[in-house]
Amino acid sequence: MPDLTKQEPAAAAPVAPRGGTVLEVRNVTLKFGGLTALDDVSFEIAEGEILGLIGPNGAGKTTCFNAVTGVYRPTSGDILFEGASIIGLKKHKITQKGIARTFQNIRLFPTMTALENVLVGTDAQHTTGMLSALFRLPRHRREEEQGHARAMELLRFMGIHRKADELAANLSYGDQRRLEIARAMATGPKLICLDEPAAGFNPAEKVELMNLIRKVRDQGYTVLLIEHDMKLVMGVTDRIVVLEFGRKIAEGAPAEIRDNPAVIAAYLGVDEEDAS
Amino acid sequence: MNLNFEFFFNNLPELTITGLAFGAIYALIALGYTMVYGVLQLINFAHSEVFMYGTFAMLWTIMALGAADANGVHLVAILIAALFAAMAMSAVIALGLERIAYRPLIKRNAPRLIALISAIGASFVLAELMGLRDKISGWFGLDDDLSDYVQKAKINNSMAGVLEKPRFEIAGVSISSIDVIVIVSAVAMMVLLDQFVRRSRLGKGIRATAQDPETASLMGVNPTRTIQMTFLIGGLMAGVAAFLYMLKLDATNYQVGFLLGVKAFTAAVLGGIGNLRGALLGGLVLGVAENWGQAILGSEWRDVIAFVLLVLILLVRPTGLLGESLGKARA
Amino acid sequence: MKKLSALPKPAKILIWFLIALFAYALPLLELPILSTPDSDFASVLFTVSIYCLVALGLNIVVGYAGLLDLGYVGFYAIGAYTVAILTSFHGSWPLLLAIPVAVVVAMISGVILGAPTLRVRGDYLAIVTLGFGEIIRLVAVNTEWLGGNKGINNIGRPPNLGDEKTGLFEVPHLFWGDGTVLLDNKDTTKFLIFGYSDAVPYYWMGLTAVVLVLLADILIKNSRVGRAWEATREDEDAAELMGVPTFKFKLLAFSTGAFVGGLAGALFASRQSFINPQSFLLLFSILYLAAVVVGGQGNRWGVLLGAFLVAYLPERFRGFEDFRVLAFGLALVLLATLRPEGLLPPRRTVRAKQLEHELDELEEGAEPDHDGEETARA
Repeated sequence: MPDLTKQEPAAAAPVAPRGGTVLEVRNVTLKFGGLTALDDVSFEIAEGEILGLIGPNGAGKTTCFNAVTGVYRPTSGDILFEGASIIGLKKHKITQKGIARTFQNIRLFPTMTALENVLVGTDAQHTTGMLSALFRLPRHRREEEQGHARAMELLRFMGIHRKADELAANLSYGDQRRLEIARAMATGPKLICLDEPAAGFNPAEKVELMNLIRKVRDQGYTVLLIEHDMKLVMGVTDRIVVLEFGRKIAEGAPAEIRDNPAVIAAYLGVDEEDAS
Repeated sequence: MNLNFEFFFNNLPELTITGLAFGAIYALIALGYTMVYGVLQLINFAHSEVFMYGTFAMLWTIMALGAADANGVHLVAILIAALFAAMAMSAVIALGLERIAYRPLIKRNAPRLIALISAIGASFVLAELMGLRDKISGWFGLDDDLSDYVQKAKINNSMAGVLEKPRFEIAGVSISSIDVIVIVSAVAMMVLLDQFVRRSRLGKGIRATAQDPETASLMGVNPTRTIQMTFLIGGLMAGVAAFLYMLKLDATNYQVGFLLGVKAFTAAVLGGIGNLRGALLGGLVLGVAENWGQAILGSEWRDVIAFVLLVLILLVRPTGLLGESLGKARA
Repeated sequence: MKKLSALPKPAKILIWFLIALFAYALPLLELPILSTPDSDFASVLFTVSIYCLVALGLNIVVGYAGLLDLGYVGFYAIGAYTVAILTSFHGSWPLLLAIPVAVVVAMISGVILGAPTLRVRGDYLAIVTLGFGEIIRLVAVNTEWLGGNKGINNIGRPPNLGDEKTGLFEVPHLFWGDGTVLLDNKDTTKFLIFGYSDAVPYYWMGLTAVVLVLLADILIKNSRVGRAWEATREDEDAAELMGVPTFKFKLLAFSTGAFVGGLAGALFASRQSFINPQSFLLLFSILYLAAVVVGGQGNRWGVLLGAFLVAYLPERFRGFEDFRVLAFGLALVLLATLRPEGLLPPRRTVRAKQLEHELDELEEGAEPDHDGEETARA
């Protein structure tokens, strides 16, 4: 198996010690006009952890992702990444700092090849500009080579390297989901946010995905996971945060969450089939 | 460049009224752009030709019915006939455009740039057909029979002298009666249309499609019919604009649509594209600004003013003066 | 195309060299099927080369970055006017010094226009650029300092090589008789004299610029910059979330396009030796856009083909002059309806279509088995 801890220099050495806090969401409130999408939400993610973010539809999970990745700016509260606030940073800056994400409804670059999609990800840590490219300066060569090798490595890791030269739009649904994860990993992140990666998967594929998420973590990434499938969430996460109507109603290990009466009332009760 | 403020301040009321008259015409054309954009997110580049055909329909009706010798009730009757002819002509062209240049693309969900190219192509075809009407009727041996209508295909065709344009004075301000007619009828049309879109079933269908085509069609709104209606209304309004334009300026030619179309689109963006009231406001603001500006800077700067205004407004307020929405929901 | 890319590298280089040689020799060959009976063939070819240049530049903006620019002629005009002012109207700079200045001025104007407008939505960009193109022209019409409606003449020409009478050497044109081909020693092009009547040296100059821009295009497209442009075009938000500073790259595309447009305008001005605002009508912006879209936006070979067709066909068929625009309009409508991705769509689009087709035919079957590493490109 390829060694994926071998990252590019910019993203190489983790700043926080293993087990330290990677992301801290501190009393974040987010309002759209009169609607409160997130209400005083706080949680932390430790290095190397897989944290599940669950809740019924409309609970504010994706909104929470969007706040973390800079799409929305919280009305109040703070979000710290490796100890520094990322509020107000441009989206691409946040990505370059080390937070990557996938999308609930797949958003690849459809008319670019799978490889090119991942290369765009690796470019997040690159600085080649117009002149380097035009005169094929050493920086361009170096970054192209590194990026290319890394991109192929990631495609192989996700098991889609044979489709490297196919258009993203032509990939099967499952491969598109895998490609999205590869592209996110390519940006050289410390924290990967997966937004319902198992949506539309059959049970066998879900099991495969569970293994994959563990493998991603074992490579040294921290994972924040939104998922509907309770079996998957319970099976793969270290800790779970439960949202309902924009508020955090519970937090703890999967076993604790399973037995938490508030969660059962709010969520499991509604989605019993998923939970069993 | 000399700034002529003295002239400007001495003639401010007259300049404003003439500006409003031009603005009202821009606004009526702008409706066609704004509605089609609201529903399809498409810049209907050929809408300017819809207007241009209306001006010729008006002109030819006046000629055919012998308005030069008519007066009184007879003349009014001829003018009403000319108005209907212009509206009918513009509506037919607009519907034809939708059928030939857009529907095949919309069906295939083609990229918007392609639809724009198709629109540009259609615009060229329509303008050139009018500009080559002498040659084309020659192929069919009709140029003699139609000589009054097809001659001078490439130059201005005028109906000057058919209408008297009395001026009257209010409080020392000389006002052209035509300007008053233009402004009043244009604003009246806009108010009617606004109410129609707001209240009628069809209007609601248009607004629903503008907001969310998929849901609208699930709710039983027929998208093709709605799009047709949008083009039809835009065409009818362009026909009214063509009629008023001819009343005011008397002359037209096969290229008259282009600059007017660009300005009308500017008016639509200025007011907030997709927004009917915005089109009215944008048109009036543009007309007045242009007329004021040319009084101060000189008429050669007239067209620059329109574009500078557009660029400035978009930079300060990217969604236009009143914001974008055909249904009010997309603020 | 497929076969070509499979050839070994020296063969490929040889083929490209022959193609380039043919392109340079084109005006000397006077091929009867290509020649334009009613206008000077070399002049037409020069126009074609300028259109190619413009189309390549606009393709970066429209085809790669997905920014709809309806006022591209504005940058072309800025390039032309800068050269005209510096070499004739308000100075007597040598052309070779004026061209870089013209190009930089065009690029700066691209940044100035782009910085505020690239933040607004795409459709508005179309209208703002349309307005910009018109403003540039109208300002030229109304400003005496820019020559007003009369325009500017005596614009500087490129420097000659060799003696004015003969040049370094003379290249004969071909003469096609009845079934025979002769070297026509009376009809020669002096290498390299930029005179009034012979347009061939200007065509060579234009073609050289096209080749250089084409090379730069290939190098840039195949890099982080090109990928960032495409990602931004495909999904701006997703690109931003993958770490692409989309605004910066849009501005880069816009100003690069302006750079090329300015270059084209500068070369045009020096060939015509005379410009007036009539050379920069809005119609030209639309023709340029048509060239890009007709050929296949996003594919540099496609847009070159498009530029060739848009510039050449009207000259070839001057007999039908009255119906040129009509035919052109019809062609645009038909093309949009029947072949919306252009005559030569990007190769990847072709591949996608083929795959779709194969999948349709095979329903199920062995999937096309590429080896990832072999097909992957650097």
